[in-house]
Amino acid sequence: MSSRVLMMGNDAIARGLVENGCAVATSYPGTPASEILPAVVKWKKELSLPLHAQWAVNEKIAFEIAFAGSIAGLRTMVSMKQVGLNVAADPLLSAAYMGVKGGFIVICADDPGPHSSQTEQDSRLMAMFAKVPVLDPSTPREAKEFIALAYELSEAFEVPVLLRPTTRVCHASQDIALGDLLRIERNGGFRKEPTRWAATPKFRLLLHRGLNDKLKAMAVYPQTAPRLLSPGVTAKKAVVTSGVAAAHTKEIMDDLHLRDSCAVYQVLQPYPLHTDFMRTLLGTYDEILVLEETTGVIEMQLADRSKVRGKMSGAVPEAGELLPEHIERIIADFTGASAETAAPPPAAAGRRPSLCPGCPHRASFFAIKKAIPHSRSIYTSDIGCYTLGLNLGAIDTALCMGASVSQAAGFYHAYRQMGKETDIVATIGDSTFFHAGIPALIDAVVQDARFVLVVLDNSTTAMTGNQPTPATGIGACGDVTGKISIEGLVKSCGVAFCKEGNPYRVPHFVALLKEAREHSRTHGLAVVIARYPCLMDKRSKEERLPAVAVAISEECDGCGYCTKEFECPALEPDEAAKKVRINRILCTGCGVCLHVCPKRSIEGVERA
Amino acid sequence: MPEEKTGQQIFLSGIGGQGILFITRLLAETAIHKELPVLTSETHGMAQRGGTVVSHLKVGCFTSPLIRPGRADGLLLLKAENLAQHRFYLKPGGWIVMNARSLPPAPDTSAGAVLHAAIHHIDADRLAEETGNPQSVNAIMLGFAAARASASAGTTPALFCSAEDIVAAIHQRFGQREKLLRSALEAFDLGLRHGR
Repeated sequence: MSSRVLMMGNDAIARGLVENGCAVATSYPGTPASEILPAVVKWKKELSLPLHAQWAVNEKIAFEIAFAGSIAGLRTMVSMKQVGLNVAADPLLSAAYMGVKGGFIVICADDPGPHSSQTEQDSRLMAMFAKVPVLDPSTPREAKEFIALAYELSEAFEVPVLLRPTTRVCHASQDIALGDLLRIERNGGFRKEPTRWAATPKFRLLLHRGLNDKLKAMAVYPQTAPRLLSPGVTAKKAVVTSGVAAAHTKEIMDDLHLRDSCAVYQVLQPYPLHTDFMRTLLGTYDEILVLEETTGVIEMQLADRSKVRGKMSGAVPEAGELLPEHIERIIADFTGASAETAAPPPAAAGRRPSLCPGCPHRASFFAIKKAIPHSRSIYTSDIGCYTLGLNLGAIDTALCMGASVSQAAGFYHAYRQMGKETDIVATIGDSTFFHAGIPALIDAVVQDARFVLVVLDNSTTAMTGNQPTPATGIGACGDVTGKISIEGLVKSCGVAFCKEGNPYRVPHFVALLKEAREHSRTHGLAVVIARYPCLMDKRSKEERLPAVAVAISEECDGCGYCTKEFECPALEPDEAAKKVRINRILCTGCGVCLHVCPKRSIEGVERA
Repeated sequence: MPEEKTGQQIFLSGIGGQGILFITRLLAETAIHKELPVLTSETHGMAQRGGTVVSHLKVGCFTSPLIRPGRADGLLLLKAENLAQHRFYLKPGGWIVMNARSLPPAPDTSAGAVLHAAIHHIDADRLAEETGNPQSVNAIMLGFAAARASASAGTTPALFCSAEDIVAAIHQRFGQREKLLRSALEAFDLGLRHGR
């Protein structure tokens, strides 16, 4: 029996947290960071740890809860994706000035590529902006090791530490050995110090100076110094790399037999970059290549640019994932080595993401298009599974969490000013509504903006793996929590029209939307809650309607209306027969397609 | 010429919901069982919603979680339509195991596609439907691959593990959950028998 366990990067991070005495863990889900908190919960249960673990309503609140835990003396962490750190930027920048007591790790997972995100932003830049140190692990194993390092760094300098894994660290898996649990007894509690924890501007200036001093000291902290991966090499060229680019680089240097002809450094702490390292690097080598994702954070700290090749010289791309094949070519160009030129990937794109078969959001979008036609409306939407409603032509905008509501209000005010009329339909998911939709809704009501808001309530955070929302009354550990009603919130925000409907009942739901549109035109904001559970959520099985068996009739002429306007993956064009066919493996029996075909060629059938 | 790494790199792809991540994990756990180092890289989030899902599996002394083009020892494709898209990962002489009703037409060599690959196909969708367990496509494919990838030894490297190794990993994964265990083992065995 092997003592090593296959762990995904996020699981390895979670294991690192519990091994190093993390006592408060908070998060808001977002790919690629979503699995960190559930993994913490898994270890908490397996090891009977007393730690507090929770999903928070958004990243700002998650941050503030974990930060308070830290200044009360405990080791804590908050995790999120890079876009989430934008939401938590406010407390991050102030927390940097105030510093921490118990070690506080802000785990922010970046998504170069981007595989599942609105941006490719480099959170290491956010660390630089906030003036906090950032660690950049290259593999799942290293991500786990860096947790210990981050806690030590955080407590040595009383500063929040950012850990910045990327998709290829979070969602890579590796064989990893389990370590022992560090037992930390902390009973100190919160020590009042208003000039620090409740600082007014005069004290903030002092705290800012103090932070600057900390940064200078962290730039010579031996434990986070860059590692020379090629000891004994006396070369005039050096490659400097961090994050997963370092993992690719190590392998490529071996493959190209460059281990002896070029020095390789792995930077663990891209900001603040170590002062001695910069001096040595610029003093020792004639040519320096910097490989990092996504922005040139290490590169921009190297003051003498004459020797440096990287993003600013055009040698390394400034957008997109830095794939190993790109790195191989860049290193070959830099060293003059000959690299194998593999065939380029074909231009043909793969299958695009689509709402799952039977997804209630698809039914909602179809009903919206029917009730409030696109030709004379604006459809604002938001961030979640339902962003895939784009495929159906049911989404015109998707900016960031909560913006469907504020953008709808913005369109209303703009059109009114121009003396024009248009219907506006905003769609937002339940988790997103709680996250950032409520303040926008309050504003819309106060400013008397008139539109239809459809809350797509599938009773879960589906895109990121079905985390519970505040309406479910379930906590991260499966515990019973408080429960918030969406209707109650909507009504107390001052919305007079708030009705619920099941989007699977298409004619009824279309009628409800029409009624909402009439209300919005004459009276003001109308909210429709489209309620049906996510089919990927195993908890919701008993709330589902019985499956309906459907079939394609002889009359189908393969016009493509259903595959284009409804785009259910279970409806497949059969080119040869010039018909549509039902893929029985995919069909969930939601029966919504019975209402989709304008020629009624999709029929319900008796089950055998 | 750059030297080849000792070890094995397998590229797997399919569409969301087919269980690519499940079979990747099983193979990775098999590697650990055999005390081999292993690295995998997977797709999550939006791409999992019916889109193309890929995973990279590297068994041996690797540090990068990704396979470079032209370096994969084998491709395991759960969806035939992915062949054109992912063929460029395969090294010359590598093997392809795919879920398809029929063999694909010869590749377009103008795009630099790799020739001389040993292509093995099985209609796992049909077999899965016949057994009344449409979700078993992935385990059938894994069984088939275990039979065929090893049978290709000589011209191409064998899979890093035997069918028995994978069965052991299946047992370890499902443990006492008998229904899941039986269903996975039956599907794996069905694929294996079709491959032999």
